[in-house]
Amino acid sequence: MRAKEILIALTVALLLAVFISPFASNFPDGLEKVAEDKHFIENAGNNFLPSCFGDYSFPFFKNEALQTALAGFLGVVIVFLTAMLCAKGIKAIKEKV
Amino acid sequence: MHIPDGFLSAGVWVPAWGISIGFLSVFIRKAAAIFKDKMIPLAGVMAAFIFAAQMLNFPVAAGTSGHLLGGVLASVLLGPWIGGVVITVVLIVQCFIFSDGGVTALGANILNMAVVGSAGSFFIYNAIAAAFKYNKTGILMGAAIAAWMSVVLASVLCALELGLSDIVPTATAIVAMGLVHSLIGIGEGAITVLIISFILRARPDIIYKFQDQWEEKK
Repeated sequence: MRAKEILIALTVALLLAVFISPFASNFPDGLEKVAEDKHFIENAGNNFLPSCFGDYSFPFFKNEALQTALAGFLGVVIVFLTAMLCAKGIKAIKEKV
Repeated sequence: MHIPDGFLSAGVWVPAWGISIGFLSVFIRKAAAIFKDKMIPLAGVMAAFIFAAQMLNFPVAAGTSGHLLGGVLASVLLGPWIGGVVITVVLIVQCFIFSDGGVTALGANILNMAVVGSAGSFFIYNAIAAAFKYNKTGILMGAAIAAWMSVVLASVLCALELGLSDIVPTATAIVAMGLVHSLIGIGEGAITVLIISFILRARPDIIYKFQDQWEEKK
């Protein structure tokens, strides 16, 4: 992919994660709804390794929409870099063989 | 359907981890065999896009929402092996950075959404597309059906895991999860087809089946 195409695609992802995500539906997702209806949602424990960005929040900011937007930005960047790293790792495996 | 910690019993999440790791090593090996340099940026971009799209919950019914899974989208473009890896990367980041999905449950989540939801569902898409000799109709129909099925199948497997963990009767879980995800799957199918049809018009060569036609224009 040319650099320009990568940039466009990444920008779309960032726009979605930063500007659209604060408006996403707050309804529980399918699994959460079933867990609520069948009364086992209470079993959900905290992650064994809790993070300061838990639940797509961002510390130091009070505004929820801003928190979601920043979490979205952070996530897109981290996922992009991690996925590229893994792909490079696969390439390295291919070349070792 | 990111399962949090506390829903699954050790008798389920431990084997789920083992099975997922087994599948992932197969994916990586097979991905290495077909790997092309151009897949590096495509994998990055797809993972980023799918992560963003998974944040966009849309209401489906009676106080319930759904969001894109993106497994079939990823595998139609990158093939089953790298598609599965891409979804896995998204799940790992979601789990460790955003506590979306439990750490013990991550193995099951990978099994449901990456192994079944992406890699496994690719073969549903591929069978349909191949029957149409990969013309536009075949690709879009295959993508739509596979996308819908990927969500439903992943949710049924999730329900099975919950039932085996004795947290809810299995039949109850399968019906409840299957029903709501049949609705969510319609959204998945629609979004997947929309994006793939755009790609077919703009850059058909990045679809996995046509990737040999992908020539880097300088």
